[in-house]
Amino acid sequence: MKVLLSWLREFAPIEGDPYELADHMSDLGMAVEETRPLNPLKGVVVARVASLRPHPEADRIQLVDVEVEPGNPVQVCCGAFNMSEGDLIPFATIGTVMPDGMEIAQRKMRGELSNGMCCSAAELHLGADHDGIMILPQELQVGASLMEQLGLVGDVLWDLEINPNRPDAMSVAGVARDLAARLNVPFEIPDWSVPVVEAREADLVSIHVEDEELCPRFTARVIRGVTVEKSPLWMQMRLTLLGMRPINSVVDVSNYVMLELGTPNHTYDLSLVPNGHIGVRRATDGEKISTLDDQERTLLSGDGIIVNEESAPIGIAGVMGGASTEISESTEAVLLELASWESESIARTSQRLGLRSEASARFERGTDWRLNVNAVERFCFLLSEISSGEIEIVGEVLDVHGALQETGPVSVRTSRISLLLGREFTSAEIRELLLPIGFDVETTDEEDIQLVTVPSFRPDTETETDIAEEVARHYGYSSLGTRVPRSPDAGRLTAQQKMRRMIRQIMIGSGLVEAMPNPFLAPGDVSKAGLSVANPVQLLNPLAVEESVLRPSLLPGLLTSAAYNYSHRNTGLRLFETGAIFLASDDPTSSLPDESEQLAALLTDSDAAHAVGLLRELGDGLKVELTLINADDLPGLHPTRGARICIGEEEIGSVGEIDPVILERFEIEDRCAWLDLRLDGLIEAAIAGSGVAYQPVSTFPSSDVDLAFVVDEEVQASAVEQTLRRAAGDELQGLQLFDVFRSDQMAQGSRSLAFSLKLQAKDRTLTDEEVGGVRQRCIQAVETSHKATLRS
Amino acid sequence: MSVYEQITQARASAIGEIEQVDDMESLTALEPVLFGKKSTLGGLKRLMGEVDAAEKAAVGQALNQAQADVRQAHAMVKERFIAESRREQLETERLDLTESLEKSMRGRLHLVTQTMERLEDVFVGMGFTVSEGPQAETDWYNFEALNLPAAHPARSMFDTLYLDLGERTEIGDGEGGEATNILLRTHTSPVQIRVMESNPPPIYTVCPGRVFRRDTADASHMPVFHQIEGLVIDRGISLTDLAGTLNEFTAAYFGGAIRSRLRPSYFPFTEPSAEFDITCVICEGEGCQTCQRTGWIELGGCGMVHPNVLSNCGIDSEEWTGFAFGFGIDRLALMRHGIKDLRDMYTNDVRFLEQF
Ligand SMILES: [Zn+2]
Repeated sequence: MKVLLSWLREFAPIEGDPYELADHMSDLGMAVEETRPLNPLKGVVVARVASLRPHPEADRIQLVDVEVEPGNPVQVCCGAFNMSEGDLIPFATIGTVMPDGMEIAQRKMRGELSNGMCCSAAELHLGADHDGIMILPQELQVGASLMEQLGLVGDVLWDLEINPNRPDAMSVAGVARDLAARLNVPFEIPDWSVPVVEAREADLVSIHVEDEELCPRFTARVIRGVTVEKSPLWMQMRLTLLGMRPINSVVDVSNYVMLELGTPNHTYDLSLVPNGHIGVRRATDGEKISTLDDQERTLLSGDGIIVNEESAPIGIAGVMGGASTEISESTEAVLLELASWESESIARTSQRLGLRSEASARFERGTDWRLNVNAVERFCFLLSEISSGEIEIVGEVLDVHGALQETGPVSVRTSRISLLLGREFTSAEIRELLLPIGFDVETTDEEDIQLVTVPSFRPDTETETDIAEEVARHYGYSSLGTRVPRSPDAGRLTAQQKMRRMIRQIMIGSGLVEAMPNPFLAPGDVSKAGLSVANPVQLLNPLAVEESVLRPSLLPGLLTSAAYNYSHRNTGLRLFETGAIFLASDDPTSSLPDESEQLAALLTDSDAAHAVGLLRELGDGLKVELTLINADDLPGLHPTRGARICIGEEEIGSVGEIDPVILERFEIEDRCAWLDLRLDGLIEAAIAGSGVAYQPVSTFPSSDVDLAFVVDEEVQASAVEQTLRRAAGDELQGLQLFDVFRSDQMAQGSRSLAFSLKLQAKDRTLTDEEVGGVRQRCIQAVETSHKATLRS
Repeated sequence: MSVYEQITQARASAIGEIEQVDDMESLTALEPVLFGKKSTLGGLKRLMGEVDAAEKAAVGQALNQAQADVRQAHAMVKERFIAESRREQLETERLDLTESLEKSMRGRLHLVTQTMERLEDVFVGMGFTVSEGPQAETDWYNFEALNLPAAHPARSMFDTLYLDLGERTEIGDGEGGEATNILLRTHTSPVQIRVMESNPPPIYTVCPGRVFRRDTADASHMPVFHQIEGLVIDRGISLTDLAGTLNEFTAAYFGGAIRSRLRPSYFPFTEPSAEFDITCVICEGEGCQTCQRTGWIELGGCGMVHPNVLSNCGIDSEEWTGFAFGFGIDRLALMRHGIKDLRDMYTNDVRFLEQF
């Protein structure tokens, strides 16, 4: 919403620095996006087009002789062709600095001199039109300053952002009311009454509202003897500066009233409305109407429409009029409509038809039905003021409405307002803040309670809390002061949150970089990454089909990230991610999909051993024992280089290498190590394992025993390790696989695994016999459990 | 030759021999000759018996002095050899420390995670806990409980992505007992609702997390981004408590020169509602292009929790009042590091990730 200082001043004597006024408006909740004191445009004058001639060398520009002083034309080259001889135009003389900073100098264009510039409205920042030169009314004085002639010197234009709860601020008068209250100056809506005439038979109009919910109030009046002409320059300028295009006197007045009072309205050529019959109903599916912009529109049931006596649509309620009753130069009698419409219906229809306009924006917020009669008066007053001839305003105002919604007063406790705002207000202070913005306040027997009647232009304000906002707004949010509340408890992260941070620290300590791939996948991405998920969670309304599936695994995203890096020659990647994955829930009582947080790492140019090494870092750092079970059937993983990760009996993830077939699809030409596990499982185990009791360090010497076994390839090293651990018993302090060795000397399909055991007792030095005994137990256990043989 | 002359001579010859030596080995070999019983000075000591009693003290002193001189000469030479040999040894160990072939192995957290953790730390320092919740949510938690019923026009403020869960899409039921849609949360406010439902006040918590909007990616929008929201519910909480809390946060996070202010605004879930501005971090309030010469930049929205929201969570709004606030995490990261295009944060190009 744009407002102009001179227009605001028609309602209240507002004065002050434009930027300070802007701060007030922002502080009142009407955020100022731009403050523009209108540029005096020094050097831009009113000029007459004396003659037009073709440019001898160019088709796209013409030569214009422009008179600033009568009888003394200067030649200008101009690229616009909308002028005629005798037209008045804005002319920038040599030396003028244009609003965009460009300085006008004498130039030669294709051999012809150009001594200035004919200006479009856009070039002067006076409107959006940049196609043609601005044509000025003939009554302006040639040679005089343009801005002075337009009456705009010293004016200020503000661009405001109006929140959806402030329909009142979608009007010049509404902004003036709020600002006047802040500045403590009187606000008044002037008297716009006009002399009227009796209705004649031809003026008789009837209104039939079939659906009062759709149209709570329909007010209409007939004006005859109208001449459809150009509106005066001041009106055209105001409309232009506020962002609307001037059309003709009737339409311009209609728009002017809407901007001024926030009341969209519509005009019909009465002679095109058979028998003056106007009906209001909801459309049925498939009904058609040709609108003012000459487009045929198809309606749906629920859309509000205006119909003629044959019930044929002649307008879309609150959105756009129909072409069949449009005002034209031959219009003599105008039927003015001021209706209130159901805001949801207008919002739906305008959105669906792509016809969002200044009018629909106001109806969507809700207009003030009380203002209808006022706006009718304003329309008539303005039209009679600007008309070149005498117009006749029919005295009768048709006003069709059901039971208009009146809201009763709200009981407001001063103590409650003070509590919510954190400042002690008195009842009188609250009254003084509310009265100037149109609220009525009545005291009661109880000092703390007042009855507040909300004005009809504030439909958003319904409760005591809403009124607290009004009090705060006019008192000033920044004037309320500050205070810092203190939680009775200490701030902290949960054990899970701390553990998650630690896991991330371990990952970056191991040289991994955190990635955040897109959680949305294309339908083929899941199978491209070698996964098979029966029913991944789909989006109902994705922006694009490439982003229509919620990831069931972190693998596709990290592979895509790796592929992106490889295509940019970034190799040797070490990426990790922690994030949610989604699977359709098996639980029929759950409405939400299963969502779990995963940790995954992708190391390119690395083999499975690197991923296992990383996993060990993780297990070590968190003091969680992670066991591996080799597996050939892990989705996405290399069939002979993968393992399940378990904590105790519970499987929590997988580790290994990515299947080379998949890597090929992502054009990654290196081996890739992969680790993927359930973060919550890992975190729970880490929390359970933290806080272990201290074991006193043994002061007795330890003994080392090294054992190497030839073991079948089928047997997992970890299984041998488990056996050793069990066999060695309590004195085992450390166990490490320190060498793996394959040779032709050994039986086919077997390898040597060498372990080093560290034995130590807490209470004594182990004797040679005891150490020997442990050694024997270990050898025997491994040989019998795993068909292994000791290597000597 | 007097005994004194013998001492002087023996001293001179011993020191002369020390000075002739040119390595540690020869010096060690010389030690018995210098200090042993068979050394010249040692021999003279044995002659002490033959000296007159009257002379004994003087001769003894001369002899001790001579021995001390020899030991000192020896010590000096020995020290020199040690220093030389250390110097040689060190020279053989000389390294060019800039020759390192090792690549740095330190990884990096994503800029969003770094920013999120910094924010969490500031709020934890202010006495808040950190709450989390699911990213896929019901219509109830994301909208209805927040005073945004289905027909509410303000719903158009949120371009929502809905999930297709087959039959479940319609059968799931919200708190109101009606069919509900499942969607990707458009803000972290549903976490606030979950916290209020399951914890009695007082509540002081922040809810950071990933949120989703049906927005085409451009320099300042992503369909997936991150937010942090705060919620305080206690007795007597007011708009001034909100202003004070945001001030304290602003000073702690951005530094003392940056202040915050509230401007009236509109959100369905708060009343009174406010827009939360901070001093422009680029110009510190002087006015620049980033802040459109106002000296302020808009950070987020906030307000007093709407009584309907409290009662939807079973909290008596007469007894308890509260405030909530929220703002984007990605944008903070962008501002802090001068990143012009939000999309750069999500390409996962390691040349981007490794910069922070
Ligand atoms: Zn700035």
